[in-house]
Amino acid sequence: MPSSSYIAQQFINGLNLGSVYALVAIGLTIVYGILRLINFAHGDLMMWGAYLSLFLLANSFLPLGVAVLLPMLVIGGVGVLMERVAYRPLRGAPEVAMLITSLAVSTVIQNSTIMTLTAQPRSFHLPEGVNQLHQVAGISFATLDVLSVSLAVILMVGLTLFVRYTRLGIAMRASAENLRAAHLMGINIDQVIATAFAIGSALAAVAGFLWAAKFGTVEPFMGFLPGLKAFVAAVIGGIGVIPGAVLGGYLLGFAEIFFVGFLPPEFAGYRDAFVFGLLLVILLIRPNGILGAPTDERA
Amino acid sequence: MTPRQARLLNGLIYLGLMALLLFAARQGLNNYYQRILAVIAINIILTASLNLTNGYTGDFSLGHAAFMAVGAYSAALLTLPVTVKSTLLRELPAWLQGLTLPFPVAIVIGGALAAVLAFLVGIPVLRLRGHYLAVATLGLMVIVRVVANNWRAVTRGAKGLNGIPPLTNLWWAYGWMLLALFLIWRLVHSPYGRNMLAVREDELVASARGVRVFHTRLFAFVVGAFWAGAAGALWAHLITAITPNSFSFLITFNIIVMLVVGGAGSVSGAVLGAVLMTIIPELLRRVETALAMGGTPLYGLSQIVIAVAVTLAIIYRRQGLLGGREIHLPPLVRATRPE
Repeated sequence: MPSSSYIAQQFINGLNLGSVYALVAIGLTIVYGILRLINFAHGDLMMWGAYLSLFLLANSFLPLGVAVLLPMLVIGGVGVLMERVAYRPLRGAPEVAMLITSLAVSTVIQNSTIMTLTAQPRSFHLPEGVNQLHQVAGISFATLDVLSVSLAVILMVGLTLFVRYTRLGIAMRASAENLRAAHLMGINIDQVIATAFAIGSALAAVAGFLWAAKFGTVEPFMGFLPGLKAFVAAVIGGIGVIPGAVLGGYLLGFAEIFFVGFLPPEFAGYRDAFVFGLLLVILLIRPNGILGAPTDERA
Repeated sequence: MTPRQARLLNGLIYLGLMALLLFAARQGLNNYYQRILAVIAINIILTASLNLTNGYTGDFSLGHAAFMAVGAYSAALLTLPVTVKSTLLRELPAWLQGLTLPFPVAIVIGGALAAVLAFLVGIPVLRLRGHYLAVATLGLMVIVRVVANNWRAVTRGAKGLNGIPPLTNLWWAYGWMLLALFLIWRLVHSPYGRNMLAVREDELVASARGVRVFHTRLFAFVVGAFWAGAAGALWAHLITAITPNSFSFLITFNIIVMLVVGGAGSVSGAVLGAVLMTIIPELLRRVETALAMGGTPLYGLSQIVIAVAVTLAIIYRRQGLLGGREIHLPPLVRATRPE
């Protein structure tokens, strides 16, 4: 039986990983909700966000906040640009058309990064003090853990308020409900879709920062698998529903950490297989996820 | 001469021409070019088989690399010399340890195992449609790679298998390619192929007309997986060393690109796309090293060009170059009209 401090440690790890998945999953889910697009390039935006943070932190006179906020703005803009170039021309096309271009965008992002920055992993250094360990009631955690989780929670609360109370947020929900009808009601869907991409991409940039801060390295392929897993998280929670993405993200984060932490070590290598096995099971027994409304459209 | 005899004769003439060309290629071309020619044949098999699901039944699968991996690993385990196996793979079960099979048999077994996997996975997964099927098959690919990375007794994990005998020459590559194309052509032009198209166009109507929809989709998936496995086996015996990373997502993506560029839904489109999208990136790969900026080659450039090409193709010519049409070789011998 593992000790209680070990369990607490795993819990903190799960919370950390879950925050990253939740942030990435939100971006995937709001885009999917409106456009029915699985944006495979989403995880790669997370990678670019991590690189930007890395470069900003290399200038040690910049405060940590800049290294988080500036990538959010830049990557948010990149997301809007990506939609304009690769997805908008395909609106109304068969659903796999955009799926294929999103795969293409993903390889362009990865390979342009390799071309300019090489495939060599770089180590991600945080300012002094952020990695400082604290002991509370026998549980040890770093300042970073607190920062990560609270940052994720603040962003999620902010997004919820935005979607619930602002004009644009309400327009986003209406578009997710029915894009055509929203258009007919005079909603500027171009603006709504651009907003969805901007928000999702900015959140992916934060997730990239958190991921890099936690694991300490940044490399061109770092975003792809987390992006896919975040999609799994969004499906688990119910795709298209923002609280579903958050719930799915944390559930998946905990499930993955507990899988590795509490099973014999020889299973650890199978964690990705476990995540996608879980996806298959969910898709087959409850394709609309935990919070997703049942639809007649068969998954 | 009856039309039937004329067709047969035409086929034989083209076969002969091709054999002549292959013979000339083997005599006159260096190893590098022969290798590219073999890769073209393998890519044609991969694209034509992916076409069965992604083009004919309209099920967008992203799992082709998974089936390739299964075919490649199983065939390699069957052809590796016993001496190599006894040093590289000591933990292999004894019956497999001492077994070495002829190359064609290994290819068929590799394909068959991929087909079995497709059958087992397809029964649950093909209940899904559209995006969800795409993600589920992608999940299958991740799972197969994880297993290849961790089942060290059989796959040597991340180190992969090396020392695979270099058995894939132009004869085998093109022989298997012709067989694959012939069988796939016959399949898609049979009533079964019509069923597949009917399922793609309108599932409800198809089932109302008595097409067994699920059965048809599963069949296309399994046949596609068989040829992906066979192509994987050929590929393993061409490059002679495989690791789990050899069957990355990029491989699946590139096969999809070939199909999209050539035009899904026709055998000729698959062939054209595979030929073009093998040669063009290969040429670009030379540019990558030639355009070395500041001493470092521009790795990744060819992949970017592929991605941009497919994006433009989808935006401006979604049906691909051939748009589902077939190209027929001009008949060299005509049937004499009955007087």
